[in-house]
Amino acid sequence: MRTPESLKTRRPPVDHIVRTRDLYSSLGHEPYRWVRSETPPPWTEVEKPLRDCRVGLVASGGVYRAGQIAFHHRDDVSLRVIDTSVPAAELRTSHFAYDQTDARIDPNVVFPVDTLRALAAEGVIGELSPRAYTFMGGIYSARRARETLAPEISRRLAADQVDLALLVPV
Amino acid sequence: MGLIARRVEADGIPTLSMTSAFSITRSVNPPRATFLDYPLGHTTGKPLEAGLQAEIVAAGLAAFEELDTPGAVKMLPYRWSEDDEWKREVMLSGDARTDRSAEPVYQRDADRRLAEDAGACPTCVFL
Repeated sequence: MRTPESLKTRRPPVDHIVRTRDLYSSLGHEPYRWVRSETPPPWTEVEKPLRDCRVGLVASGGVYRAGQIAFHHRDDVSLRVIDTSVPAAELRTSHFAYDQTDARIDPNVVFPVDTLRALAAEGVIGELSPRAYTFMGGIYSARRARETLAPEISRRLAADQVDLALLVPV
Repeated sequence: MGLIARRVEADGIPTLSMTSAFSITRSVNPPRATFLDYPLGHTTGKPLEAGLQAEIVAAGLAAFEELDTPGAVKMLPYRWSEDDEWKREVMLSGDARTDRSAEPVYQRDADRRLAEDAGACPTCVFL
């Protein structure tokens, strides 16, 4: 008898906080302190239909373009500005904390630039902003992320006059 | 990334965080999120499956029009494989971290040469 689809093993989402803590502890690294927000998130209303919106892309998978300086792995808080007309074949990744095998086969799995161009062509979104911003997540210093990186990205998205920001962590 | 989301949203631009790390997203609590239950490194789909990637990202973007509660997370229906065996092995051993120095780590040696020949990098923003 075939096993009904509903009875196949389903597991809850992986708890990355617990697993990172356990892994770092087993390796003798200092614990990674995940940010815990004590206040409710801010909120800005979406004012236009998606099909009329300019969408900005921000990704933290350590994506850079051939010709740019790659990320380093000691709390790098720098940004790369990537022209969204970039051919995917010129995209690379540099990150210490995830398996980059598939991202190096097809960067769209962490940096959906072809995907968003296609969705713009189909009219699902109005347009893709001409510039995307990338950095390397896993920054130890929440203070530097909050006080240095976040305002810089916010300022640039505003200058690009995006209506919405799509954020793709890894 | 959740900290970035909160800042950008507070400055007046609606954000959507597409995440595959549910516990981390709950902890940092960004304004709007979608959850895709895939292994890390596949936040917007499987490699070389452009149709699936477009479906996933479109389902994510639709959350801009669907979510109206700060902190809400839309669960996307896609599964990585028929069963969830992949979850057993996640981050249980090994150390993917390379030497923690401030030297750039290139995917390819050719990238290093290109970057060094180019000299200054006008599209690199050092903060």
